[in-house]
Amino acid sequence: MPTQTRRQSFEARQRKRANMIAAASTFAVLAAIVLLVPLAPGWENVKRSFFNGAVFAKTFPGLLNAFVMDVAIFLWCAPLIAALGLIVAIARDLRSPALYPVRLLAIAYTDVFRGLPVILVIYLIGFGIPGLGLPRPWNSPYIWGSLALILVYSAYVAEVIRSGIESIHDSQRNAALSLGLSGGDTMRYVILPQAVRRVVPANMNLFIALQKDVALLSFIGPVEIFRQAGVYKSLMANFTPYVGAALIFLALTIPATRYADYLMNKQSKARS
Amino acid sequence: MADLKLENVQKAFGDNPVIRGIDLTITKGEMVCLIGASGSGKSTLLRCMNLLEPIDDGNIFLDGTDISEPGKDPQPVRQRIGMVFQSYNLFPHMTALDNAMLAPRRILGGSRAQLRPALEEMFTRFGLHDRMNHFPDQLSGGQQQRVAIIRALAMQPEIMLFDEITSALDPELVGEVLDVLRDLRSQGMTMVLATHEMGFARELADKVCFLHQGRILEQGPPDQIFEAPNEERTKAFLSRVL
Amino acid sequence: MKFWTTAAALMLASSAAYADSCATGKTLTDGMLTVATGNPAYFPWVMDDAPETGKGFEAAVAYAVAAEMGFDADHVAWIRTSFDQAIQPGAKEFDVNMQQFSITPEREEMVDFSAPYYTSAMAVLTTKSVVEAGATADVASLKSLIWGADANTTAVPMLGDLIAPEKSPLLYDDNADVTAAMQAGQIDAALFDLPTALYLSAVVLNDGALLGQFPADRGENPDQFGMLMEKGSPLKECVDAAITALTENGKLAEIEAEWLQATTGVPLIK
Ligand SMILES: Nc1ncnc2c1ncn2[C@@H]1O[C@H](COP(=O)(O)OP(=O)(O)O)[C@@H](O)[C@H]1O
Ligand SMILES: [Mg+2]
Repeated sequence: MPTQTRRQSFEARQRKRANMIAAASTFAVLAAIVLLVPLAPGWENVKRSFFNGAVFAKTFPGLLNAFVMDVAIFLWCAPLIAALGLIVAIARDLRSPALYPVRLLAIAYTDVFRGLPVILVIYLIGFGIPGLGLPRPWNSPYIWGSLALILVYSAYVAEVIRSGIESIHDSQRNAALSLGLSGGDTMRYVILPQAVRRVVPANMNLFIALQKDVALLSFIGPVEIFRQAGVYKSLMANFTPYVGAALIFLALTIPATRYADYLMNKQSKARS
Repeated sequence: MADLKLENVQKAFGDNPVIRGIDLTITKGEMVCLIGASGSGKSTLLRCMNLLEPIDDGNIFLDGTDISEPGKDPQPVRQRIGMVFQSYNLFPHMTALDNAMLAPRRILGGSRAQLRPALEEMFTRFGLHDRMNHFPDQLSGGQQQRVAIIRALAMQPEIMLFDEITSALDPELVGEVLDVLRDLRSQGMTMVLATHEMGFARELADKVCFLHQGRILEQGPPDQIFEAPNEERTKAFLSRVL
Repeated sequence: MKFWTTAAALMLASSAAYADSCATGKTLTDGMLTVATGNPAYFPWVMDDAPETGKGFEAAVAYAVAAEMGFDADHVAWIRTSFDQAIQPGAKEFDVNMQQFSITPEREEMVDFSAPYYTSAMAVLTTKSVVEAGATADVASLKSLIWGADANTTAVPMLGDLIAPEKSPLLYDDNADVTAAMQAGQIDAALFDLPTALYLSAVVLNDGALLGQFPADRGENPDQFGMLMEKGSPLKECVDAAITALTENGKLAEIEAEWLQATTGVPLIK
C-alpha cells in the first residue's frame, strides 16, 4: 500500500466531495423529472402514445431487424466516403496549373454538396437519376440513395481532411522536399498520414452523423428503422415505435460519440 | 567534384530584400561556416542553395551546371545536397529507421532488406543502434538531431547544409551532435553550416563568412575572421557572441 | 321568390343548428362541427383540394353526416392535419378527421373510429410496360413483382397478408413519391384503395394501368374507412347514429355513386 503525499490525500478528499455533490444534484434533478412530469395533466395520454410498454414490446424486435439495413447501408457507404473524401481533399490542394480545372471542380463540389440539405440531394439523385430510364438493377434506390449520402458526406470529409493537411507544419514538407522526394511522395508518405491521423476524431463525428442520416434514405423507398417505426406508428396510431428507434440509435451513437470525444481530448492533450 | 558556386544571388520576400547579392564558392571537401546576427539571412541562403527557395536573381552552379535556372526540376539537385534543420523536422509517424529509409526507398529504389545494412551501420556509427525502432517523440533532442543527419546522409549527398542544428538543444546535448559533424568532417564531407558555435567554427572551418543584412560583409579563414576582422560590424558582432 | 326561399332556408338552417341534437355541447366550438382533412386532400375524396364546396366523396359525406347531426353547411368548419397530428396525444383541434383512415383494432386502442362510411376494394396500380412484360392478375404472378406502398396506409400489412411479395417492398411518404418511384422503374406495382388507384392510374401516371383488385366484400381484411376521433370522444355515439341512418336510408350509397367511379372492369385477382 503506497502512502499518499499530503497533496494526494487533499486531492482525494476534494474529489470525493465533488463526486458527492454531483451525484446528489443529479439525483435531485432526476427525481424532480420522475415525480413532476407525471403530474402534468396530459401525462397519461403522452405515456400511452409515446411510452406504451405493450407497443414497445411488440415492435422492438422488428425495429432491431430493420436497423440491420441502416448498419448495412452505413457499412458500404463509409469506405467509399473515406476514399472519395481523400481524393477530393488532395484535388483541392493541387498546385500545378495544368490541374487547375480539377482543383476548381473539387472546390465547386465541396461548396455545392455542403450547401444542400441531405434530404434534397437524396430526393434529386434517388428519384431523378433512375427516372432517366436506367434498367434494373441500376435504378435501385439503394444505389442512388447511397450515392447521394456518399456525395454529401465526402464533401464534409474532404474539408476535414484538408484542414488536417493544412494543420501540418510547413517544416515537414520542407524536410521531405529537401531529401529530394517528389511533391506526390511528400503528400503520400509525409503529409497525409499525419493529417489523416490528426482529424480522426472530427471524422468520427461525421460518421456518427452519417449513421443517423442513413434513415433519410427511407424517403425514397428502403425500409430501414425510421420507416419501419413509421409503419408501426401508422398501424397502431402510436408513437412508441419512434422512441424504440431512438433508443436503438442512441445505443450505437452515444458510445461512438464518447469515444470520439475521448480521442479528441487525448489528442489536444498530446499537442499542448 | 562537387563545387557549389553562388554568383550575385538575390532573394526578397515581398519587398523585403533578404539576400542582396551574394558571391560565394564552396569547394569540394571544404567546410564553410556562415555566421551573423539573427535575421541576417543565413537560413534563407541555405534554403536557396537547396532550392527550397527559388532565387530572384543571380546564379547557383553545382559542378558548373546552373541549378538555379527558373523552371528547372529541383528534385535531382536536392538529392545531391542534403539539409538538416534547427528543429530536426523528423517525421513523427515513422520510426527513426523509417525516417532514414523513406527517401532512399522512393528515390534510389531497393528493398528494405537491401537498404537496411548501410543504414544500420550509420546508426551504429552515431551511437543510435538501440534507438533505430523508436519514434521521434521517444528520443531526446540530441538523438533526434542525429537521426535527422542520418536521414540526410542516407541519400549519399555530395554536399550537406546544416542550419543551426544545435540551437534548439539543451547545452549538454550539443556535444554529441557536434561530434557527428567532426566525424563527417574527417570523412571529407563538403559542408555549409549556419552556426552560433563560434568555438566549433574556429576549430574546424576552412572558411568563415560573416553575413550582415543579406550580404557577406567579410569572409576568410577562421583565424583571420575571429582574430583580425577588418569590418567594424564583424568586430561588434564577435564581441557580443564571444 | 328567390329571396323567400333563401330566407326560409336560412331560418331552417339556423333553427337546425341550434336545435337540441345529440351533438349539443360536445363539439370543439358550440354550434360548429370541425372536420379535418388532409393537406392536400386528394381526388376523388375532395375535389380541387376545396372541401368547403362539398364536392368529392369525403366532403359530401362530411356535410351529410353534419346535417344528420344537426349542423347545416354554414356550421361546418374545415381544418387540415397530417396523419401524425391526427393521432398525437393531447387535445385535438377537430371533432372528426376524415382522410381515408382505415379502421383497425390496433388503432382503436389509441383513437376512436366512427362506424365505417366506405368499404374499399384494394387495387393493384402498375404501368402498361409491366403488364406487357407479362404480369397477370393472380397472386402467383404478383408475388414476383417489386412492390411499393404509402407507408402510412393499411396497404402495408395487406401487402404482406394478401400477396406476400418475394422481395421486401419499398415504402414512401405519399402518393406522389410512390408514383415517382414507379415512373423511375424502381417499383413494378403498388397497392392502393381502388378510388385512389383509379385516379393515379388515369391522371398522374404516364402509362398507368390497374392490374386487378381485391374486392371490397372479401371476407378477411376488409378495408373500411371511418372518421377518426379522440379516444373516448363524447361525439362518437352521435356520429355513429348519423352514419348508420345515412347507410340505412341509402344516402351514403348515393354519394358513393356520385363521386366514386364505377369499379367494374377491373379484374378480380385470383
Ligand atoms: N518565408 C519567409 N517569408 C517572409 N520573410 C521571411 C521568410 N523567411 C525569412 N524571412 C525574413 O528574412 C530575413 C532573414 O531570415 P533568416 O534567413 O531566417 O535569417 P537567419 O537565419 O540569419 O536568422 C528575416 O528578416 C526574416 O524575417
Ligand atoms: Mg536561421
